[in-house]
Amino acid sequence: MNCGVVVFPGSNCDHDCFHVLKHVFKLKTEWVWHKDSIDLSRFDLIVLPGGYSYGDYLRAGAIAQFSSVMKEVVRFAGSGGMVLGICNGFQILVESGILPGALIQNHAQKFICKTVHLRVENVSNSFSRECVHKSVLNLPIAHHQGNYFIGSDGLRQLEDNRQVVFRYCGPAGEATEEFNPNGSVSNIAGIINEGRNVMGLMPHPERCADPAWSNRDGQLIFKSIINSLQSGVSV
Amino acid sequence: MLAKIHIKFKDGVLDPQGNAVHHALKDLGYNEVSAIQMGKYIELRLNGISKEEAETRVKEMCEKLFANTVIESYQFTLDSVE
Repeated sequence: MNCGVVVFPGSNCDHDCFHVLKHVFKLKTEWVWHKDSIDLSRFDLIVLPGGYSYGDYLRAGAIAQFSSVMKEVVRFAGSGGMVLGICNGFQILVESGILPGALIQNHAQKFICKTVHLRVENVSNSFSRECVHKSVLNLPIAHHQGNYFIGSDGLRQLEDNRQVVFRYCGPAGEATEEFNPNGSVSNIAGIINEGRNVMGLMPHPERCADPAWSNRDGQLIFKSIINSLQSGVSV
Repeated sequence: MLAKIHIKFKDGVLDPQGNAVHHALKDLGYNEVSAIQMGKYIELRLNGISKEEAETRVKEMCEKLFANTVIESYQFTLDSVE
């Protein structure tokens, strides 16, 4: 299994992603520089990591969507390749239109850095199949523009197509306003595309996937991806 | 030629910055302000292009880059400059 971690100017979670894939899960992992206009078909997984690509100038992800590599990422995703966008990676995926909706400033206007509870909304996809349906995971968030927005028609489509993968919730799985850290519509924390091969999420699974730490909930996402690719089954 | 572009959130998109600034204005006693919308202003200096071409090109720039049309609307004017 070949993984590629894309690096934009300003990406700062690329090393954590690389470390988890290469050293924790022992996968062949390469760096992919944003200016590379290379054929990505040799990869099985492309990761768009967190950070502040292009300084979040104009809008987070707005400029990164036009980096040379993104044409190839769009092509790769269009042919069914698996793409995982984390935080700024999620922002880049919505700006580029690979995922629907938009990510705007947190409703409280503060940068929020804390561990949150996430409810697993569906496990019939390659990114969360190793999770228990409706279980609660703990993942850290660290963002200022994580407020997921989509119009009512788009939201209905996401829910009808079971494209919502994670929702912010309380410790008992209650997805209420009280436990919504950033104002995201319907407490949405992570979604997949219609083709079910691209996931974007604001929380950071790579920050809780190293066995040296006590919280390893992030491993479930990586294990789901690996097991999907190794079994050759796309869920 | 000078393109003056205004970008703001569409109706229905939460504008927390606008709300925060509104509260600040109220605290300062400007209670006559019933609503605020914060947006972006961009100026472009354009050379070697006709006004008709500029209309098309600036619109493209707005659609592709300056505005995220999922959440933002834009408008612009084109003025000749000496």
